Amino acid sequence: MTVQGLIDAIPLSVFHLDDPDRPVEGGYCGDLLSWVMGRAPAGGAWLTIMSNVNVAAVAALADTACVVLAEGVTPDPPLLEKARAQGITLLGTDLSVYDCAVRLGGLIEA
Amino acid sequence: MDDCITLTYAVEGGDLTHAGEASSGVKQALRKLGLDPSVIRRVSVCMYEGEINMVIHANGGTARVDVGLDDITITLTDTGPGIPDIEKAMQAGFTTAADSVRDLGFGAGMGLPNMKKYSDEMKVESVLGVGTTVTMVIRIE
Ligand SMILES: Nc1ncnc2c1ncn2[C@@H]1O[C@H](COP(=O)(O)OP(=O)(O)OP(=O)(O)O)[C@@H](O)[C@H]1O
Ligand SMILES: [Mg+2]
Repeated sequence: MTVQGLIDAIPLSVFHLDDPDRPVEGGYCGDLLSWVMGRAPAGGAWLTIMSNVNVAAVAALADTACVVLAEGVTPDPPLLEKARAQGITLLGTDLSVYDCAVRLGGLIEA
Repeated sequence: MDDCITLTYAVEGGDLTHAGEASSGVKQALRKLGLDPSVIRRVSVCMYEGEINMVIHANGGTARVDVGLDDITITLTDTGPGIPDIEKAMQAGFTTAADSVRDLGFGAGMGLPNMKKYSDEMKVESVLGVGTTVTMVIRIE
């Protein structure tokens, strides 16, 4: 499943799309940045409700395939700016983190 | 160690909007060198956690990264308050982070444990009132 595939199927809104064809392998749910840094798999989708600018650095350094802001959260303007500058795919959904993860899991396994 | 490249960065204290820039710079440099993604990932984790600690806990410092043929050594030096009990600071979950930085997602007390986990060697030297130096070695397989 690619990033674009998730956008279409979950579906997700797009704040910034860098590489629609990047495959998504697994995921991680979390808001504490050091947990994400230490545990999120490279190439995974990171589901969070954190919207500050530091999300961009963590996503870039952990090399996640995309960040999904759940629960209707929108990115703070500096985060969106940094996502654009650093080529980080930033997506959104009104779903809860749990519901989004359930759908993601079903799609990745399929 | 045969040094190929040395990278140095000044890390500003307190400024969480630009925190992580040194780590991003290191990542880009290692990518250009064509290093294995898993090595880059380990260096990125160690470097970011150490950089953030200098920003949040030590009012900034300097980062030096020596890229050798066999390993990468990260040296983070600050003139912050120092760490009173290093053993305690290394424990998962221990934090003295203020509420203002916790609101941003920091302060899980997982930074030093991450650095330990993702490096092959780690040394923390700290003198109260003088500063802290963290050295991490990541071996290139
Ligand atoms: N460079 C430093 N100077 C002074 N104190 C430090 C330094 N690095 C770490 N500490 C102390 O060690 C504690 C634990 O650090 P650690 O990185 O594990 O967690 P944290 O920074 O509090 O939270 P997290 O890294 O999960 O966001 C810190 O809360 C702080 O008290
Ligand atoms: Mg820390």
